[in-house]
Amino acid sequence: MIELENIVKTFSDGGENSVEALKNVSVSINDGDIYGIIGFSGAGKSTLVRCINLLEKPSSGTVKIDGIDITELKPKELREERKKIGMIFQHFNLMPSRTVIENIILPLKHSGLSKEEIYGRARYLLGLVELSDKENAYPAELSGGQKQRVAIARALANNPKILLSDEATSALDPQTTDSILKLLKKLNSKLNITIVVITHEMDVIKQICNKVAVMDQGEVVETGDVFDIFANPQEKLTKDFIKTTSNLYKLEDILSDNPDGISIQADDVVARLTYLKKDVSEPIISTVTKKFDLNLNILLADVEIVSGAPIGGTVVIFSGDPKNIEGAIKYLKDKSVRVDIINFDKETDKNE
Amino acid sequence: MNNSFAELAPNLSDKWADFIQAIIDTFIMELWAGAIVFIIGFIFGIILTVTRSGGILENKYIYKVLDIITNLFRSIPFIILLTALMPLSRLLMGTAIYIRGAIVPLVFGAVPFFTRQVQSALAQTSDGLIEAATAMGLSPFDIIIRVYLRESIGPLARATTITAISLLGLTAMAGVVGAGGLGDFAIRYGHDRNMTDITWATVIVLVIVVSVFQFAGDKVAKKNSHD
Repeated sequence: MIELENIVKTFSDGGENSVEALKNVSVSINDGDIYGIIGFSGAGKSTLVRCINLLEKPSSGTVKIDGIDITELKPKELREERKKIGMIFQHFNLMPSRTVIENIILPLKHSGLSKEEIYGRARYLLGLVELSDKENAYPAELSGGQKQRVAIARALANNPKILLSDEATSALDPQTTDSILKLLKKLNSKLNITIVVITHEMDVIKQICNKVAVMDQGEVVETGDVFDIFANPQEKLTKDFIKTTSNLYKLEDILSDNPDGISIQADDVVARLTYLKKDVSEPIISTVTKKFDLNLNILLADVEIVSGAPIGGTVVIFSGDPKNIEGAIKYLKDKSVRVDIINFDKETDKNE
Repeated sequence: MNNSFAELAPNLSDKWADFIQAIIDTFIMELWAGAIVFIIGFIFGIILTVTRSGGILENKYIYKVLDIITNLFRSIPFIILLTALMPLSRLLMGTAIYIRGAIVPLVFGAVPFFTRQVQSALAQTSDGLIEAATAMGLSPFDIIIRVYLRESIGPLARATTITAISLLGLTAMAGVVGAGGLGDFAIRYGHDRNMTDITWATVIVLVIVVSVFQFAGDKVAKKNSHD
């Protein structure tokens, strides 16, 4: 359990200029969570994650790990605590003069283990990140994804309870990002390690997190289960982030790019249907078509699995009797489907 | 052979024993002063690195004092240091002349230079590595040994090479306080008595020594580079 309470962090240049990087932030992270913290650069997310292992010391507020306020610890106690918190970075931060295995054993220098045990542990970790054949390579000989795997193995050396990931996939290409995220997810379930993921990409949150906090200008503006946030975002910033990952929101672009490609009659209604419940087993579109005697033309559909449940929806054109369309929309809302009518002439969204 | 050598460099063959003694004197100065400079400059360079603003043992007072002292002694020309430090030499070494008298000014002349060299070598270690090491729970001492120094072997080897060569230049000047050595030998005979062959011989010896230093330094630097 990680509890950040009323964290304020002010950076000062010693003179009159000071920047409030974190303004009274409180976040609580449960054991076993993969907790995502998302925000644009400068939102304070990297500073916040560095408060968890006190690489940044908060100006005020408490950082409790399993009930112990680590801001009160003596330097030596803090170092012991840090061994229980692994960390990986955007630029990997591997020691260039050390081989892969020497990098992994670096945190184990004063662990009290024998040399055989240390190397055994390092080789086990190398196997876990699927890099056993690179034991004696130098970091410069590895690809970005391999470097991050070594960094993950190094972060796990002391068998930590918590793994902090600071933009760990931001310097990697999409396929490599995917494989690193899968690895993190595997480690989370296999080792039951709590993972805190800092990112500016909603895709990362969608792929592996179960909880998310959205940060903006030093404040947490929205938190919750990833599914709920995706199904029902409250803040504009959250909605903006979700838009970056869903095809449903590309409709406006498609319509404005291809005004002649889609024919829509005067009485037709274009709407975005979003599933709000974790259950879409019922064939809603089909039911509506029959029940209200309408034609539903699916323009776009995008359903993904988020936190183990399908989320997403479709963009459809309702054509038929306006009264029946109204009835159909009401029926859908009763079935916990959110209906956003898209009035693309004015290019604005009206939340019905 | 001996005859042709005597024809080619008559003065040098005449002063051969002095020439060998000058080489030995230069080496003694280089080694003694070099060893002391290496240790003190290393420690000062590390202290400046870790106490700087944002360093792992940030301490602006220690940093400021050491920074000012380093700048002060770097800006004094060596020829002035040689004479100005005579009282201190007498106090520490018992004499202000001969090789013993040259060690103190050589150390004062080279330590600030080497300190800056060490500082800039260590500054090449990226902040990310230090951050990663801190996050691992390594102590400041471990970070100095296992990260700063370990990751800087190449740049430190180059810094040592440059300093050793620059120190060799300083020992040549030490002849002013009667320390002897190659510089003094070249001035006394090569210049003052217009014995050109002695000047040339001195220069050749110095070129060889500098080349050996440079070769060894490059070798160490290359062996420890994995970029």
